[in-house]
This record gives sequence, structure tokens and C-alpha cells, in this order.
Amino acid sequence: MLRGSSRQYAADVVPEAYCYMRSTVRRVLMLLATMIIVSFLTYAAFELISGDPAEAMLGTQATPARIAALRRELGLDAPFPVRYIRWLLGFFSGDLGVSYSYKQPVGELIAPKLEVTLCLCLLSFVIITLISIPLGVLSYQQVVGRFGWIHTTLNQLLMAVPAFFTGILISWGFGIVLRAFTPGDFPDLHMDPAGAFRHLLFAAVCIAIPRTAMTVRMMRSTVISEMEKDYVQTAISRGNDRQGVLLGHVLKNSLVPAVTFLAQTMAEIVAGGIVVEQVFGIPGLGRLLVASISNRDYPVVQAIVVILAFWVVLAGLAADLINQCIDPRLRLGGGS
Amino acid sequence: MKKKMNGYLMAGLIITGVLLLMTLIGAFYTPYDPTVMSAREKFNAPSFAHLFGTDNFGRDIFSRVLKGSGTTVFIALSTVVIGAVIGTAVGAVTGYFGGFIDEVLMRMNDALTAFPSILLALVVISILGPGSRFNLILALGIVFIPGFARVTRTAFASLRDRNYVESARLMGASSARIMLIHMLPNIFSVLFPALTIGFNNAVLAEASMSFLGIGVTPPDASLGYMLSEAQGMIVAAPWYAISTGLMIILLVFGAGLIGEGLQRSGNSTEL
Amino acid sequence: MLEIKDLHVKFHTRNREAVAGVSLTIHDGEILGLVGESGSGKTVTAMSVAGLLPRKQCSYSGEVLLDGQDLLHADRSILRKIQGRQIGVVFQQPMNAMDPLKRVGEQVGEVLKIHTDMDSDARKKAVLEAMEAVELPDPEAVFRKYPHELSGGMLQRAMIAAAIVIRPRLLLLDEPTTALDVTIQAQILELLKWLNAESGISMMFISHNLNVVRKLCTHVAVMQRGLVVEEGDTDDVFFHPQHSYTKHLIEAIPSRKHTAAFGKS
Repeated sequence: MLRGSSRQYAADVVPEAYCYMRSTVRRVLMLLATMIIVSFLTYAAFELISGDPAEAMLGTQATPARIAALRRELGLDAPFPVRYIRWLLGFFSGDLGVSYSYKQPVGELIAPKLEVTLCLCLLSFVIITLISIPLGVLSYQQVVGRFGWIHTTLNQLLMAVPAFFTGILISWGFGIVLRAFTPGDFPDLHMDPAGAFRHLLFAAVCIAIPRTAMTVRMMRSTVISEMEKDYVQTAISRGNDRQGVLLGHVLKNSLVPAVTFLAQTMAEIVAGGIVVEQVFGIPGLGRLLVASISNRDYPVVQAIVVILAFWVVLAGLAADLINQCIDPRLRLGGGS
Repeated sequence: MKKKMNGYLMAGLIITGVLLLMTLIGAFYTPYDPTVMSAREKFNAPSFAHLFGTDNFGRDIFSRVLKGSGTTVFIALSTVVIGAVIGTAVGAVTGYFGGFIDEVLMRMNDALTAFPSILLALVVISILGPGSRFNLILALGIVFIPGFARVTRTAFASLRDRNYVESARLMGASSARIMLIHMLPNIFSVLFPALTIGFNNAVLAEASMSFLGIGVTPPDASLGYMLSEAQGMIVAAPWYAISTGLMIILLVFGAGLIGEGLQRSGNSTEL
Repeated sequence: MLEIKDLHVKFHTRNREAVAGVSLTIHDGEILGLVGESGSGKTVTAMSVAGLLPRKQCSYSGEVLLDGQDLLHADRSILRKIQGRQIGVVFQQPMNAMDPLKRVGEQVGEVLKIHTDMDSDARKKAVLEAMEAVELPDPEAVFRKYPHELSGGMLQRAMIAAAIVIRPRLLLLDEPTTALDVTIQAQILELLKWLNAESGISMMFISHNLNVVRKLCTHVAVMQRGLVVEEGDTDDVFFHPQHSYTKHLIEAIPSRKHTAAFGKS
């Protein structure tokens, strides 16, 4: 595509697509490494404390012979690294072990709840994104203006509202008083998708309120700092109107930090989900997690923690890939 | 550091000051005994006798909120102290010396950020055992270490090559002295806002954990635990949930305003 | 063509006026050099002409007339029709002045997109011609590049191409060569001189570097503390400086005798 004569363009010999692919591969490898560290930390932590699961499972019926038999059955007699790798391989092939308290494969136990939780997280994420990005861009002028303090104060106030408090109020107002949904009675996701959606929507809004406030604030300060950059002057000097400057230049430049921030928000959404599921009686991973912690059902806890952490890490990866599409400077970043 | 008073800082300090004063007084004196039940006074709406009304056992909610916020604030402050002291120390050492340890710790830090804070706290609490105030403080404290470490590491790394640090080093000051006397005061502008954010996260995390029933458990009562109680009687005594929730909001709001104010007045300082 | 009459600009955050009564004229085809140290008000003067003053953060009076039309108090919507179309601006830091996320070709053609109804093919053709004119090697390739993929000198050429692609009447150059190294600086100056000779475009060239101004400009105005202390024909000002500050500046040029001997030829 080039005549290839001028030496200045040596970088162009490497096609853009290749750079893109190389940095993507790098990112995926880093992701795998992070996942392995995360899973190892979790596994090791629970190995340290859980004591002997065989003993726990047998409870009062524990005799040395029975414990030994069960240990062999569960593969607990192998050394720690072997057990970890076995567990990790099992994890990726869908075999997550057996729950102590439900005596049921963890995978079967988790799968339907995972669906619900993912729906809740995504719904909340969509709400946050759809509201905060436009609002952040549009409201930047207000903050600079005379009534900026109202925005800032309102923002701080909304950031202070815990999701479970809104949850209590909403399930009281919309659930008990207005009967828009029945708190604690979550419709089956496949049998009644519309009802489930409505139920999830209320929960998602609760999670979204403080995070939306935070994202608006972040977006706004990004737009403000972008507006001070030189390229904005250039854009104005070319006769762009405000809209042209904002939408044509500033928006795209503000998106990179916004996408990164939204990926971090995923972690907070997951955290909020754990609590809000409790408030609304949504049978998701969060409720199972809390119950399993109280029951000391470690295989379940382990699996849920790792799944949620993976979900967060995946969101980070997605953010990086999206940012590479937006910002060409990140594509070459493979080396430095 | 040029300290400019601004409206946010002022409002935040006033709100937080009043709340802290109230909880402090609440530790020694409450209008009613927050645990004494009274069959005749069940589900009273707010009145002059009971500012926030009473709950299903006829307990005075105002007194309970005072005691509960005392617990919450105590846990949040201890948590922030643990997180800030250890985190700052780790961040200072890694940022100042850099090198291999820095790399390793930062990689671990990255991995830890994959855990949402409450999830991490849940893991730690399930290791330590749920239901104890001390374990909750420890769990949340551990959870907040990486955040503080990250903030201070960045600040220390950027200060490391400044002239005055260089000259102190040439004058033969020890590393510990340089870090404590020369560098630490200069990162306050970064550290203070981080402290307010940490406090807020701690209040919310404590409330969440106790709400879930794996934080503070009775007879100890914190705002989060009280909210979970209040949810059960939301129809009969909505004032219970509302007053408790507002208390949490005000605590977080006040500290948030202080953070906002500090950030704005700190903008004029470099770094 | 451009007439600045008694321009005053004062920022609310400062006590002193940034520009304290400046009057200047640029005729068709002239290159006016605006010289002074940083803080002397030369950039603020240029910003007033370009319509880039942050109007809410300062008070201003006087007139900036482009062909009789006042720009200083003009409505933003009127100003926008002149910005880019009649007045092109080139800034000091090409790396920062470019939007980092847009391809260079698109940025060079932005003025055409705003001010004309050319389709994208026609725009591309015009952009490539402009790039050719500023001697950018391999315009087709540069068109598809992002700013970070080009050197500072090439970016500044692209910025000039962007400013002239629509053939404005006036080019404002705010220290366009300061951020570049010396050889590239000389090339850019040559280019500007050639553009002026070829298309008769007027220029206002801001610099604190007298040598540069002398090589390029037909007229010079020396600014100090918001005032024009001396102005006139380049040679006049250089060989018969009246004001002590001008003398001071000229004396500060390294190896003055050497360059003076060259300059006269």
C-alpha cells in the first residue's frame, strides 16, 4: 500500500491490524495471568482456613476411617498444588466441586443464579452508561457556571445513597404500596421474562443511582479538563460551534477515561448486587454467597468469588479493547 | 499547602462535626436506653417524646440511631486507620525504593482490584469468621490497604526525584527520615481526600456487611444491622428505616463534601 | 485589511491589563511580526483577532476590524463564519494542537467540512493539494496517519496545510517554530515566505525570536507590558531602533554584528 521509499514511514510497514492483534493477544495473556492469580489467591485462602471439609461434611458421623475414605473420594489426600490445578482445570470444564450443605454439584447450583446476577449487573450497567455519559457531557457548562455548586452538592448527596437503602424504600413504595412487583417473589427468568425484568429493573436502579452520580462527576471533570486542551482552541479557531467542539472532538477524547471508569464500575455493581439481591429477594449469586458464607460452604463461596472476580476482570479487558478502538495511541502500546 | 476555605469544606465540616458530636454524646448519654423494650410504646410515630419514633419492641429509635452510628463510625474510623497506616507505609516504601518489590506488590495490587471491595471483605470475613466486630474491622482494614498503597506509591514515586529530596539525601539524611519528614507532609494534599473517600467506603461497607448479617450482630447494633431490622417492619414503622438510612447518607455526604472541598483547595498545590 | 484600534484586554484574575491600548494595521500581503517577551500581550492580541478570547473571563474594549467588520464584539455566530474561513491559526505546539484521536487528513479538511459543502472526495483532493503545497512527503500516507505517528515538523506542516486549505485572507502564527528544532524551523520559515509570495496571504507572526522575525516579516511591532512600543518597516526597526526596549532586544541577539552584515544584502 506504500511505495515504501521514504524511511520516515518505517512504522507503516507494520500494518495497523497487526499491531491491534498483537496488543490484543498481550491483553488476553495478561488477563489469563490475572485470572490465575485471582483464582490461586482465593483457593489458597480457603484451603488455609476451611479445615478438613471431609470432617465438616460428615459432621457428627465422623470417624477416622470414614474421614479417610471421604478424603480419598474428594481427592483431598493429594498435595496442595495438585489439588489447586485439579480444581482449576475442573473450574474451566464446569466441574466446580460439590456443595457441603446442599450436597449438589456447585455448577448446577450456581448456573441459574449466575444468569440472574449477570442480567442484574448488565441492566444496571446499561442504566449507568446511558444516563451518565450524556449527562456528564451536557452538564459540564453548568458546573463552571454560577449554580455549579447545586450540581456538585446534589452529586455528592446522590453518591452517598447506599443501594440497599434505596432498595428498602423502593420495595416499600413500588412493591408493597403500589404493587408494581412483589418483593421476595422473583418470577422465573424463563417462564416470565417480563415480570423478572421489571423486578430486576427496580433493583438495577438502586445500584445505579450512586454509581451514576459518580460517573457523571467523573465524566464532567474529564470534559472540563479536555476543554482546556490546545486542540479545542484549534477546533474553535476553525469555526466549529460549541456542538462541533463537544461532539466532534471532546466527546471522543473523554471516552477513554470514561470507558476505563465504567469498567471499574462493574466491580462496584457486582458489590452492590450482592446486597441488593438480599433486599429484593432476588435469587442470584449474591444471596447464595452470603448464605454459603454463613454455612461455611466453601466450595460454593470459592466458586462464586472466582466467577465474580473473573467477570470484573473481563469487564476490564473489554474496556481495554474498546479503548484501543477509540485511541490509536494505545494500539502501538505493545512495546512501552 | 495553601489551604483555602470553601463552601464545600465548610458545609462538610459542619455536617460531619455535628454528627460526630452527636455520636460522641450518644456513647455516654442517650435519651432512652436503646435496648430497653416497652410493650406499650410499640410502633410509635415520631413525636417529641420519641424524635424518630419507636420500633416493634417499643425501643426508642433516636437512641438506637445514636448508638448505632457510634458503632458504625467507630468501625469506619478504625478501618481507615488500619488501611491508611499500613497502606501508606507500603506505598511509601515501594514508591520510594521502586524496583523488584515494587513490581511484585503492584502486580498483587492489580489482582486484588479484580475483587469488588465488599466481595474481598466477604472473603476475609469468611476466613476470620463472621459476626464479630473485631473481625469486621480487620477484614475491612485489610480490604482498604491496597487503595491507600496505590495512592501513596504514586505520590512518593513522583516526589522521589524532586530537588529537596535529592538535597536531603546528599546531606546524609536516612531514608526513613526523608520519607517521614520531607516527603510525607507533601503528600497530605493527596492523602486527605483519600482518607475521606476511605471513610465513606468504610461506612458503606460496614453498613452493607452488617445489613447482610455477616458484620456486626446483636446485641451490638450498627446502622447497617438496624436497616436490616427496619426492612422487616417497613410497613409498620417506616420512620425506622428512613431515620437510619438518612443517618448513613448524612455521614457519607458530610465526608464527601469535605473531600470535595479539600480537592478544590488542594488543586492550587502542585503534585 | 486588518485593523486593530485601541485594543484593551484585561483578565478578571489579573490586576494589570494584558493588552493596554494596542493599535496595529496589516495590509494585504504583509507579514507583521509581533515581538516581545512572554507576558507582553502578543498572544492575547492574536487571540482577540482569532476570536479565541475567553469572553466571560475578561473585559475588553476597542475594535478589531477585518475588512471593516468588527470581530471583537461580533456575535459568536458571525465570528464562527470568519474563523477558519477568513482567518487561519497555527499554534505553537503542533502535537497538542492536533486532536490526537483523528486522522491528520480529516483534521486538515475540517475547515472545508465546516465552511463549504464539498463532498468528501472533493475535500480529500483539496487536502492533498494543500499537503503538497506545504511539502509534506507522501500526502496520501500522511492523510491516513494519526498525529502521534508524525514528527513535530511534519505536524506543523500539516497544521499550516489545515490553515491554508481554504485559502483564508489572514494567517495567525503563534510562535509556530518555537517548539521545533533549528533546521526544521528554517524550512518552515521558507515555506511561509513562499506561501506569502505565491498566494499573497497576509500573516501575523508572533515570536520572541528577533532573528526569525527579521528573516520573514515585512513589518515589525515590538510589544512590552501590553503596549506596542515601536513599530514599522522591518529594516527600519532593526537598523534605527527608537525605543530603548527595542534596542535592548536587538542587543540581546547573539552575534549581532554577524547577522547584521548578512541581513542587509
